[in-house]
Amino acid sequence: MSSSEPAASSGLPRGRRSRLQQLTFSDRVWLKFAIGIPVAVHVTFVWIPALLTAVLSFMKWDNLRPPSSAESVGFRNYWQIFTIFDPKLFPALFNNLVLIFFLGFCSAIGMLFAYMLDKNIRGGRIYQSVFYMPVVLSVAVVGFIWKAVMFHPQQGLLNLVIPGKGIDFIGDQTPIFQVHIPFLDSPLGVTKNFAALLIAMAWRHIGYVMVLYLAGLKAVDPTLKEAAAIDGANEVKSFRHVVFPTLRPINVVVAVITVIEALRAYDIVAALNEPRGTEVMGTLVVGSLTGEGGGRVGLGSAYGMVLFILCIGFIIYYVINNFRQAD
Amino acid sequence: MSSTTVVTGRKPGVTRLSRGVLQTFLTLMAVAWLIPIVSAVYASFRYFEGDSLENGVFSRPKKLTLDNYREAWRVGSMGRHFLNTMFILVPSLILILFFASIVAFACTRFSGRFNVFWLVLFTAGNLMPQQVVFQPVFQIFKRVPWPNLLSDTDTGYLLGTKVSVIIVHVAFQTGFCTFVLSNYMKTLPKELTEAALVDGASVNRQFFGIILPLCRPALAALGTLEFTWLYNDFFWGAVLLQQGREHPITSSIAQLNGQYAVDYNLIAAASTVIAIPTVVVYFLLQKHFVGGLTLGASKG
Repeated sequence: MSSSEPAASSGLPRGRRSRLQQLTFSDRVWLKFAIGIPVAVHVTFVWIPALLTAVLSFMKWDNLRPPSSAESVGFRNYWQIFTIFDPKLFPALFNNLVLIFFLGFCSAIGMLFAYMLDKNIRGGRIYQSVFYMPVVLSVAVVGFIWKAVMFHPQQGLLNLVIPGKGIDFIGDQTPIFQVHIPFLDSPLGVTKNFAALLIAMAWRHIGYVMVLYLAGLKAVDPTLKEAAAIDGANEVKSFRHVVFPTLRPINVVVAVITVIEALRAYDIVAALNEPRGTEVMGTLVVGSLTGEGGGRVGLGSAYGMVLFILCIGFIIYYVINNFRQAD
Repeated sequence: MSSTTVVTGRKPGVTRLSRGVLQTFLTLMAVAWLIPIVSAVYASFRYFEGDSLENGVFSRPKKLTLDNYREAWRVGSMGRHFLNTMFILVPSLILILFFASIVAFACTRFSGRFNVFWLVLFTAGNLMPQQVVFQPVFQIFKRVPWPNLLSDTDTGYLLGTKVSVIIVHVAFQTGFCTFVLSNYMKTLPKELTEAALVDGASVNRQFFGIILPLCRPALAALGTLEFTWLYNDFFWGAVLLQQGREHPITSSIAQLNGQYAVDYNLIAAASTVIAIPTVVVYFLLQKHFVGGLTLGASKG
């Protein structure tokens, strides 16, 4: 790979130099292509588009017209989405925030499930398969299954369990609770249909986190737990002081995955989409670029950048953490 | 046995009790977990109007029927959408695993100035929210000419062709697989390729002859994971393939929902059919599946 460096330069450590010398011209070309082509595809379709989204967020452009018609508008798109002219951003952000906390809670349940299954319970394999099953289903399919048999106002199972008149879990936009924010006109809150969506997401998220923790728990040295038990530590203490600290690498992975999944939630919301109450950043971005009110590329890109900025910190943290561990 | 029971006489009893509680709790949770799936499958065998709609999903059926399946298959043109999925999935899967293994090989076995940088870039890119990049990706595909001969559309551009979906999948998923494979390759002893190098084997031969065969377990695990992720993709299929008939199977269910919003048992039947391949793969290859997740312990 380092073929651009002169092979004879004396500053290189010996081992490396000899390896470079052994690489023939065709080997070097092979390595260049081996890295070059996949990197080119990745950069062209992930990082350059991300950069273009950043540029477009400062422009005004109707995507049905040629790109030459785009004009720079400075921060106007951002100003617009953050002020009263656009009432969608803060409810969507609030829903994402709720999702972060809720999925975080689900991750804790997933860890608990893993901890229980790690005790060599009879039929542990079966439990594991059952809890994990929703994860192999498409998120869209999960959405439709819940819509059809769980949430349906007449035939839905939840309405059979809950007494009284049937509740429209999908369409009911009445808020469960509301928070009044001083400088916002309308209060922020969680609507009933969004809460219903959370249940369906929990069903999928818990099993996923559980499998990650199961792998981590397998790596915990059993003699540590035995030592703790001999020292008289009870279950809770042994978990808190012995098992949990050794799970740190998995905790980081799960924390980042949970936050990023919460921030970029899209499929299930889109699958169960009703016009109001369940909007998250993901659907807001797509909604303003396609469908009704489409063509507002500048605004959609500004929404996209908000989502990007929220995610990038966690992504960087995750990557640094990962590669520091690897070294 | 008899000597130890005196000392730890109480302990087994207590653990047996707590084990019983644990077992009961887990069984209850497992039953709760299965309820949505079981109800969906059950509902899919019943008529919606005149049966489950009036009496609820857990009532006794008036009649069990396969009509929902027949109808969903026909109306949803599910055969066609399954083929669409396969045409996208198979090339994507092969390309992703191939690209990821050569990058991982080149970056872990040979020193280069940017090697770590490429791996970081791939890992970070894999976690990028797809919504952030989709508009520019869409615009790029709209402008890249593509011969009609090689596609199923006649617009003359990449947008709307299966190739465009394959490209996006490869761009996104190569990152995760490269990350996993590079971790895996680091565990293979350096002497393997060094010996080959001394024998005068080319890099190409080292890769195909030594490293790639040794990576079979990791490739099997990744293949299983990627199969389900690509199969389950809902987003790219829907936004890049604008014509409904070109959609992959998971995106096509949304159309069924729009057209026949009334008949939920039809949707339950379609969901069941769509779920079968991934559930079968999961149960057959469970070992690989879990192995893949734990190798990388992250999913973008």
